[in-house]
Amino acid sequence: MSMYTEQEAKAILDKVIALSKADECSATLSGGVNSNIRFALNNVSTSGIVTNADLAVQVAFGNRVGTATINEFDDESLARVVRRAEELARLAPENDEFMPAIAKQTYKATATYNQSIADITPQYRAKVAADSINPCKSDKLIAAGFLADSVGFFASANSNGNFAYQQSTGLDYTCTVRTEDGTGSGWVARNAGSVKDFDANREIRTAISKAKGSANAKALEPGKYTVILEPAASAGLISFMMGGFDARQSDEGRSFLTKKGGGNKMGEQVFDPRVSIHTDPWDTDAPVMPWDGDGLPREKMSIIDKGKVSYLEYSRYWAKQKGKIAKGSPGNLIMAGGTKSTADLVKSTAKGILVTRTWYIRMVDPQTVLLTGLTRDGTFYIENGEIKYPIKNFRFNESPIIMLNNVEELGKPVRIGDDESPFLMMIPPMKIRDFTFTSLSDAV
Amino acid sequence: MDRRNFLAVSGIGLSGLMIPGFGNAVAAEVLLTKMDIGRKKVLANIALNAATGAGATYCDVRIGRYLRQFVITRETKVQNVVNTESIGAGIRVIANGTWGFAATSDLSNAGIAKAAKQAVAIAKANSTAQTQPVQLAPVKGVGEVSWATPIKKNAMEVPIKDKADLLLSVNAAATAAGANFVNSMLFLVNEQKYFASTDGSYIDQDVHRIWPTFTVTAIDKASGKFRSRDSLSAPMGMGYEYLEGNRKLILPNGLMGYNDSYNMREDATEAAKQAKAKLKAPSVKPGKYDLVLDPSHLWLTIHESVGHPLELDRVLGYEANFAGTSFATLDKLKEKFQYGSDKVTLFADKVQPNTLGNVAYDDEGVKTKRWDLIKDGTLVNYQAIRDQAHIIGESQSHGCCYADSWSSVQFQRMANVSLAPGKQKQGVADMIKNVEKGIYIIGDGSFSIDQQRYNAQFGGQLFYEIKEGKIAGMIEDVAYQIRTPEFWNACSAVCDESDYRFGGSFFDGKGQPSQSSAVSHGSSTARFDGINVISTARSLG
Repeated sequence: MSMYTEQEAKAILDKVIALSKADECSATLSGGVNSNIRFALNNVSTSGIVTNADLAVQVAFGNRVGTATINEFDDESLARVVRRAEELARLAPENDEFMPAIAKQTYKATATYNQSIADITPQYRAKVAADSINPCKSDKLIAAGFLADSVGFFASANSNGNFAYQQSTGLDYTCTVRTEDGTGSGWVARNAGSVKDFDANREIRTAISKAKGSANAKALEPGKYTVILEPAASAGLISFMMGGFDARQSDEGRSFLTKKGGGNKMGEQVFDPRVSIHTDPWDTDAPVMPWDGDGLPREKMSIIDKGKVSYLEYSRYWAKQKGKIAKGSPGNLIMAGGTKSTADLVKSTAKGILVTRTWYIRMVDPQTVLLTGLTRDGTFYIENGEIKYPIKNFRFNESPIIMLNNVEELGKPVRIGDDESPFLMMIPPMKIRDFTFTSLSDAV
Repeated sequence: MDRRNFLAVSGIGLSGLMIPGFGNAVAAEVLLTKMDIGRKKVLANIALNAATGAGATYCDVRIGRYLRQFVITRETKVQNVVNTESIGAGIRVIANGTWGFAATSDLSNAGIAKAAKQAVAIAKANSTAQTQPVQLAPVKGVGEVSWATPIKKNAMEVPIKDKADLLLSVNAAATAAGANFVNSMLFLVNEQKYFASTDGSYIDQDVHRIWPTFTVTAIDKASGKFRSRDSLSAPMGMGYEYLEGNRKLILPNGLMGYNDSYNMREDATEAAKQAKAKLKAPSVKPGKYDLVLDPSHLWLTIHESVGHPLELDRVLGYEANFAGTSFATLDKLKEKFQYGSDKVTLFADKVQPNTLGNVAYDDEGVKTKRWDLIKDGTLVNYQAIRDQAHIIGESQSHGCCYADSWSSVQFQRMANVSLAPGKQKQGVADMIKNVEKGIYIIGDGSFSIDQQRYNAQFGGQLFYEIKEGKIAGMIEDVAYQIRTPEFWNACSAVCDESDYRFGGSFFDGKGQPSQSSAVSHGSSTARFDGINVISTARSLG
C-alpha cells in the first residue's frame, strides 16, 4: 500500500506524535506510485512502476535534533522510528540556528490532483510510446523519449497540533526526434495537469517538424543577437536566477541582490519595467502544494513587480534575526506576458535567432548570475519575419539579469516543468536584444 | 553531473526532515552493521529459482544495503547530521530474449520470489515490441567470493563528534585566515552489495567512499564584490585515513597538491587567503593561451570530453533524449580517429586503488579490469557492458555496469577514465618554464558541454598568468572554450607519474529516471597549446 487517505494518514501521524517523549516532534508521511516508460531508437527500452511510502520523524531536545525514517507502519515500527529519532537527537551537536516546530496553520487546498492522471494505465503509456515512435518510423526519423506520471499524497503533523494533507498528480513527457543521418534534431516537452491537456499525436508533430527543419544547419558567427526564446529556452535561466533571492545570502554580501556598502536591493529597479513575476499556489494553470518544505503556508505574492524586487526569501531563522515574517517559499513562478505566440514574435522580427531550448546551463559567476549553456534541438535564423534557415547551435554566456533588462517583447505564457528546476512555471516566449553567444557548437 | 541538485538538497536552510533519494535515516550505530551473508545467499537462490521457474533464461539479483552519512556545518555551527540506510533487492531477468526488472524492499522469502516473478512478467510483456533479442557476452560463474575496499580506517566508525570537531576546526582556520563565510561538509558512503546470477556467481562486496569538502567566501562590502574558493579535495574510494595523512606535493607558487592524503585545515587556510586575493585580481584579457592544467582541474575536462562521449550507449543513441549522443561515432573507431596528440593515452579502469570506481566485480558480475580508450592519440575503444560487447565486435564485457540503488536497474556507467602520465621525466615547474603566454589553472569550477560532447566551457578555482616561463600573478574571470578533438590534439606535454593525482565526482548523472554514479579521473598536470580563453567579467550596471 502506498496511497493513504487523510484519515489513515492522520491516524498514523497522531500515533507517532503521541509516542514521542522529546520536547517536540514533527512527522511527515508521503507516498504514491511513480510510473514511466522510456523509448529510444524507435523501441521501448525500459518501463517501470515504483510504489513507495515513507514516514519521516524529526524530534528535538532543546536545539539538538534527530531524524529517522521508515517504510513500515505497524505499531512496533512506529515506536522504533520514534526511538531512533530520539537517540540520534541525544547524540547530535547543538544547533543554535534550530527553529522550533511551526504553530498550527490553516491551509487552503490547491488543485494539485487530477483523476485522469491518477487513472493512467500501462496501456496508456505504451500508446504514448507508440504514438511517438510510429510517425517517426514512417518519416525515417528516430525517436527517443520518456513519459513519467505520478499519483501521490503528502501529510504532515507536529506536536503543536498542526496537520496537513493533500494529494497530487504529475505528468511529464519529453521526446527527442533525430534524422537518420544525424544532421537534424527536434524536441518537445509537455508538463500537463490533466490527460486532456496532453496528446502525444499532437506533441510529436512539433518534434518532427523541428527535426526535419533543423537538418543541414548553416554556421553563423557568434556574437550578440536579437533572439526569440521559446519558454523552454528561458525557463532554466530564470529558475537559476531565483537562487539569488535568498535574503540571508543577499544580506551577507553574496548575491546579485547585495547592495554596495551592505544590505540588499529589496524594492529597487533591477529589471525592465515590463518584467513581473509572482507566485500563486492556487493558479489554475500551474497549481502547487499550499505549503512549503517547512510547512509554512504559501501565499499569492509578487516577486518582481514591474522590474522592482518585491520579495526576498527569509528562512525562519533569518526572519527572526531580522525582525521579518517568514513566508512559504514559492512553488511556482508566474511571469506576466502578452497575447502573442512564439510564431507571432517571429513575424515581428527583422533579424534574429529562434531558440527552441537551452541545455546544460551552469553558473559561471554568481556575482552577476552569468550562466553558460547551449542551444539545442532547433535553432533558426529569422529575417523579415520569417524563419529562413536552420543554424548551428551556439554556446551562450549570458546573465538572466541582463536578459530581463533587454526585453523587446513578451508573448503569452505557457506552462513549463523543468527537471532541473524546483518550480512549476508559466513563462512567456520572449524577444530579447543583444543576447550573447560566445562560440559555435557542432553538436546536433 | 548532478551536483547542482545535490547541493540544493544539502544546502543551507534545509529543515533536516528529509534528505530525499538516499533512503531511510537511521542511528549512527546502524551504519556499522552488516546483513548476514548466509541469509543473502538464501534470498538470492529463492529469486534465481523463482525467475527461472517462471521462464527466465537468465537472472541476476542484487541485494543491496546503501549507507550514507552527512555532517554539514557553517562557520561555528553544525547544521545537520544525517544517517541514511536503504535496503532491498533488484532482480533483472531475460525472458523471451527481453530484459525485465523489478525491485522490492520486502526481503522476506515470499517478497523476493514475488519480485522475481514480476520481473519475468514485465520481460514477457515488453518482448512483444522487441525487435532484436538481448545478446549477452558470456561470463563464467565465480562461485562464492568477496571483496572490500582496502580502507585503513572505517569512517563510519569515527564518532560523529570527532567529525563535527574536524569540520568546525576547518571553519575556524578559514575564518582566522580572513574568510567571511565558510561552509564545510563530510559525506561518507558504504555500499554493501551482494550479487548472484544464474551464471553461478555469489559475490559479496563492501565498498567505501569519502568526500570532505568546503567553500570559503570573501566579500568586499564597499564594492559589493564576493569571491569563493572551493576545497581542492577529491572524493575518494578510501576510509578516514584520507583525512589523517600529511603527504602532499609542493607545486609552483606555494600551491599544494593532494592525492591519497588531504589536509583539510591547511587547504582551508590557503583558500581563505586566495579568496581574498581573488577580490583584487585583475580580469583575464581574452585570447589564445597555453593552458597548464592541474589534476584537480583536468579530471572534469577528462570526464566531460572523454569519459562521456566514449560511453557506448550514448554513441548508439540510447541516451538521445536526456544526456545526449556522441560525436565519437562507431565509424570513427573503424577509421582510427585521431582523438588527441601522440602524447595522449586515456584509459578506463575500475581497478586503480583509492578510486571511486574501484571494485572487483561490476553490477552484472563481471571481473573488473583496465583497458585503453585512446592510445597515443588514436581512438581504440569504448566502454561497453555484457549486452553491448557484440556491437563493437568484442566477446567480453568491459565490466562497467552499475546501478545506484537496489531499486534501480543496472546499466552502462562510466568507469574511471584517466590520462596516462608522460613517459619522460617532467615536473610542473619544468612545464611552466617553457610556456611563454599561458594560464595555470587549479581546481574545478563551472562546466558545461553540448549533447554530443564537442563544445565545452570550463572555469576553475585559481588562475595564474604565466609570462615567459614564470608565474606573473593571479588573474580572475577565466573560462576556456574547447572543441573536444582540437583540445586533445593541442596537448603538447604531460607531466610524469610523480605528479599523478585523482579528481572525481560522487554525482555523475545519467538515465531516465536519473541515476548517480561515483567516478574518479587520474592525471598528471598537462599542457594544452593555443586554447581560446574568454573573460567572464560582466557588469550589472
